[in-house]
Amino acid sequence: MTIVLRELVQSFLTFLERVGLLVRFALRLAAILPSGLLRPKPIIEQVYNTGAMSLVIIMTCGLFIGMVLGLQGYDLLTRFGSEEYLGTATAISLLRELGPVVTALLFAGRAGTALAAELGLMRATDQIAAMEIMAVDPMRRVVLPRFLGGVIAMPLLVSIFIVVALFGAQLVGVEFFGVDAGSYWSQMRSAVELSDIREGLVKGLVFGVACSLIAVYEGYNAQPTAEGVGRATTRTVVISAVVTLILDYILTALML
Amino acid sequence: MRSTRTIDISTGLFVLLGFAAILFMVTQITNSGYSMKSDSYRLKASFENIGGLKSGAPVSLAGVTIGRVEDIQYDMGLYKAIVTMRINDKYRAIPNDSDASIYTAGLLGGQYIGLTPGSSDVPYKDGEQVIMANDAIVLEHLISKYLFNSAATPPGESTPAPAPAAQE
Repeated sequence: MTIVLRELVQSFLTFLERVGLLVRFALRLAAILPSGLLRPKPIIEQVYNTGAMSLVIIMTCGLFIGMVLGLQGYDLLTRFGSEEYLGTATAISLLRELGPVVTALLFAGRAGTALAAELGLMRATDQIAAMEIMAVDPMRRVVLPRFLGGVIAMPLLVSIFIVVALFGAQLVGVEFFGVDAGSYWSQMRSAVELSDIREGLVKGLVFGVACSLIAVYEGYNAQPTAEGVGRATTRTVVISAVVTLILDYILTALML
Repeated sequence: MRSTRTIDISTGLFVLLGFAAILFMVTQITNSGYSMKSDSYRLKASFENIGGLKSGAPVSLAGVTIGRVEDIQYDMGLYKAIVTMRINDKYRAIPNDSDASIYTAGLLGGQYIGLTPGSSDVPYKDGEQVIMANDAIVLEHLISKYLFNSAATPPGESTPAPAPAAQE
């Protein structure tokens, strides 16, 4: 019994330590942020890696999320005889919730794992140690551009996701089920406020910061073994998903 | 490793696509797309009851949206709700005896203000008050009116048909 208790206390302490290290890591990143912004070239490269390379999966998933929303929304709304609200329902749910959250989960799976694995492998093959020996700060040189690339890419990915999904819902609702195209868009237009869009973009930005931070942290601090890199990758996805959903609740409560 | 040029081009494409998506969201799926700030004028109207009217609700003339509700205040002196509307400058020549009513779009839809043109030759000026303002129809009031009316008339007598909601 005491062993179990001690284990619990130990794992809780480890958890606290990890949180503390993550905060320290984030503060270090924030401290070198201004100098990192002066060198845009590696950031652009990372926007390409995290953003442009995620585009296909984001658009495919956006299309299908939109189509499912069209299907489910149509089925639900016909029960009340108000199919013309399909546009409103899809737009609001996408802007406020599904867009940012699903994009963040995909981002963690597509870009976050790539970042974590890359940094973990650099750690395992002593590239990071080599940089330190050459008096090149790996935080500034390697970690910061990757983090910033993710932060820049996320809100853009979220917007692309939402717009593609809106057309996906239109495809199903208007083309397949015959909801009037005019009322689909005009009902959406009359119900959606600028604040809804702001909520989506703010969420996208916050999730981008969180997911990128977790990915670079896990990769940078990976155990320098093949197993350690694998574990860092897994942890990136799991922690990113959990943190995204918790942050989503907090942000929704704040902005409602 | 791909060439820097390819990376730059794809990144540029991605960023442009992202901003295009933001632009699409801001202009195409919100009602605030066209700015009412610069080329518009204000009208005011006071209502006993505005029902579920919200700021941002459309103001329409014969069904055409010509402006939006900008602000709703409660006047403690008059015990009335003061609704400020922003009307697009294109519709300057609204007669100054036009009246404003609050209607409901559809059965469950949001509420909006409908203007009915009067016959005056003088148009409304900026900030002028609409004199004739008809309140929102509250469903509960209608129902209670109907119930009390039918209770007041003794059975057997033909009841005068209570004004149906459809007339408004």
